[in-house]
Amino acid sequence: MPESVLFWIMGPLAVVAAVGMLLVKKAVHSALLLAWVMVTLAFFYIAQGALFLGIVQVVVYTGAVMMLFLFILMLVGVDAADSLTETIRGLRPIAITAAIGFGGLMVSLISRATLGREPVGLDAANAAGNVQGLAQLLFSTYVWPFEVVSALLITAALGAMVLAHRQREVARPSQRDLSEQRFRSGSLATAAGLPGPGVFARHNAVDVPALLPDGSAAPASISETLRTRGDMIDSSEFQLDQVNTEVREEK
Amino acid sequence: MNPTNYLYISALLFTIGAIGVVVRRNAIVVFMCIELMLNAANLSFVTFARINGNLDGQVVAFFTMVVAACEVVVGLAIIVTIYRSRRSASVDDASLLKR
Repeated sequence: MPESVLFWIMGPLAVVAAVGMLLVKKAVHSALLLAWVMVTLAFFYIAQGALFLGIVQVVVYTGAVMMLFLFILMLVGVDAADSLTETIRGLRPIAITAAIGFGGLMVSLISRATLGREPVGLDAANAAGNVQGLAQLLFSTYVWPFEVVSALLITAALGAMVLAHRQREVARPSQRDLSEQRFRSGSLATAAGLPGPGVFARHNAVDVPALLPDGSAAPASISETLRTRGDMIDSSEFQLDQVNTEVREEK
Repeated sequence: MNPTNYLYISALLFTIGAIGVVVRRNAIVVFMCIELMLNAANLSFVTFARINGNLDGQVVAFFTMVVAACEVVVGLAIIVTIYRSRRSASVDDASLLKR
């Protein structure tokens, strides 16, 4: 039975990935695990004779929707640390108890329900092809919901544009304004701009802080986002060896 | 294989998504958990289509996908708007009405 092999491999993997989605700290990892769950569901759709939906699942969900999620994550929340500490006391035990109750209810309901007949299977309905069968239904019985849904799509696109649009109320600061602001900020240390990252001649990467003349690292040379994420490499190992230079000078 | 097994997976995924909506604090993760719940519902639609031997369930799952796509577009736009004004994507920080 190839289908039960597929089910018993992919099913537990989907559940594990979904549980992992709740447990991982970073939102990007959650997004990747969710993408995996969606791919698994696409497998299940195709295994159940829903060929068209399986392809649409991959294209729309793992393609478009997850891409949108990752895009917004990069825009908004990469440096926003998502703490797993509970802010409302007692929320987590209550939530888990309620979830176990709800899940147990659903599972026992499914196991006790009798369908009254053997599962029919889609061989007859898919006789002319799955896409043809769906199109037949979509453009006859469901033509009115189909039109309404198209109106919904246009409204959603318009709504997103209205929400994302921002009217600029003050003029964009010019280079001159920014320069004056730097000099009048009190300290002249950053008046010439922040130092660039990387350790000259030994290592060159955006996550390695530059070295100051006294040999200490300059955290200001690293992007703010990388610093808050903690993705900063210690640059001390790339420093020139103090002892070696002294020996060479003696010779 | 008995198609009812898919219904169990669907129920489990829905429950996990519901826990995520309540427990997680990052608005984007909460949103992803809602997507997980919608996907779980879709799986049971497809399974019932197979059990009953007609394609209506698949058409409904197709509509659900379209509505979910609309929901993602608008929801993420709302999250970006809130982030712009409050500099945070945490659902706990959006409590302006309380103070």
